[in-house]
Amino acid sequence: MCLGIPGRIVSVQAPDERPDLRTGVVDFDGVRREVCLIYAPEAGVGDYVVVHVGFAISQIDEQEAARTLAVIRASPDALATELGTP
Amino acid sequence: MKYLDEYRDPALARRLLDELHAVATAPWTIMEVCGGQTHTIVRQGIDELLPAGIRMIHGPGCPVCVTPLAMVDKAVAIAAQPGVIFTSYGDMLRVPGSTGDLVGVKARGGDVRVVYSPLDAVRLARANPDRQVVFFAVGFETTAPANAMAVLHAATTGVPNFSVLVSHVLVPPAITAILDAPDNEVRGFLAAGHVCAVMGFTEYEPIAAKYRVPIVVTGFEPLDLIEGILMTVRQLEEGRAEVENQYARAVRRSGNGTAQAAIRRVFTISARTWRGIGEIPASGLALAPEFAAFDAERRFAVAELNASEHPACIAGQILRGTRLPTDCAAYGTACTPRTPLGAPMVSAEGTCAAFYGAGRRAPLPVLEER
Ligand code: SF4
Repeated sequence: MCLGIPGRIVSVQAPDERPDLRTGVVDFDGVRREVCLIYAPEAGVGDYVVVHVGFAISQIDEQEAARTLAVIRASPDALATELGTP
Repeated sequence: MKYLDEYRDPALARRLLDELHAVATAPWTIMEVCGGQTHTIVRQGIDELLPAGIRMIHGPGCPVCVTPLAMVDKAVAIAAQPGVIFTSYGDMLRVPGSTGDLVGVKARGGDVRVVYSPLDAVRLARANPDRQVVFFAVGFETTAPANAMAVLHAATTGVPNFSVLVSHVLVPPAITAILDAPDNEVRGFLAAGHVCAVMGFTEYEPIAAKYRVPIVVTGFEPLDLIEGILMTVRQLEEGRAEVENQYARAVRRSGNGTAQAAIRRVFTISARTWRGIGEIPASGLALAPEFAAFDAERRFAVAELNASEHPACIAGQILRGTRLPTDCAAYGTACTPRTPLGAPMVSAEGTCAAFYGAGRRAPLPVLEER
């Protein structure tokens, strides 16, 4: 749960029940998940963010995202575990 | 033993290691306090590539492993109650409590569900107004902003049937506790990159100054770790004790201000018991009085059970870094990731599971020399 995975924001929206809770869809190596963007207020579509348990906690550049993903791919099940699909 | 050509940039890894070999003249013991870093170090065999005197100790950096047994027992007790939907991050499900784990509750008909984000648990509560939905809010500073927002979201949108079982821990007090131990051998620390992405690293500055230890904020890629170790050893050799940031591409000194504000709003600092270590003052987070209505411990009034660890498990010494998993009689025989006796074998971030996954069998050569 603690690893943090980088992904690319593909869309940004707000859920109807609470418009200020900014969320978006983030692509992790082909797997897409809804992610809360409230802690990454400057990040928009196309930007890369490090996501912990469904929350973007920091913005990073594309190159860094690719490097980190390569490491995560190297440990079996890490991506699935972090995305909650064991 | 892994080979350097497995690294993303073997030439750079070789250069950093050569530099490390040139810089290191004395033996130094360094601790990483991040399960992700432990995993990379063991899996990539980084500890086996270091100069002979440089010893890595794997600290209490796995949130699953340090969640106290009594808290796992409470989770199991709450999850077993009728009408409860118990939600958790996936890696908490197989953590053994005194009498069983959450998987066992599920097998006996309990409604235990894995969620990816704590907001999913709030959503579940809204969809099931006649059920009690409890979320197991564990973790370090990396999961605290998410868990804080789930509580805030439930409070703001009015979801009365949602509550959290909080067992949050903080890294800096654990570092202080390790340094205060009379038998401490750790001379430098790698601080966890993503914890610092949230919190920044100003909290580490007084620790580095007071205890005269270098603390290097480090990422969890193999090259990050080698560079973080090099920066730590260089400080030690030069007699410096500063906080340095190896992971500048993701970490700023002040961290993520919005995330810190949410943590401060929802939680207060509290004493926490660390599994295998014991109670450390001001080492965790509890719900602030304003949000007490969302506290699952109050809502379900579960009694303190008499918690007892499996007698063979030496997790406490593993988490303090005084023994290695290979020193445990049960390691790899009675205790495997499929049949874990202790928490460090359950989570991929745990030291025992990291050792098992990398096929570690015999003690490291460095230990044999002692
Ligand atoms: S190998 Fe298993 S029994 Fe031994 S310390 Fe690790 S978790 Fe405990």
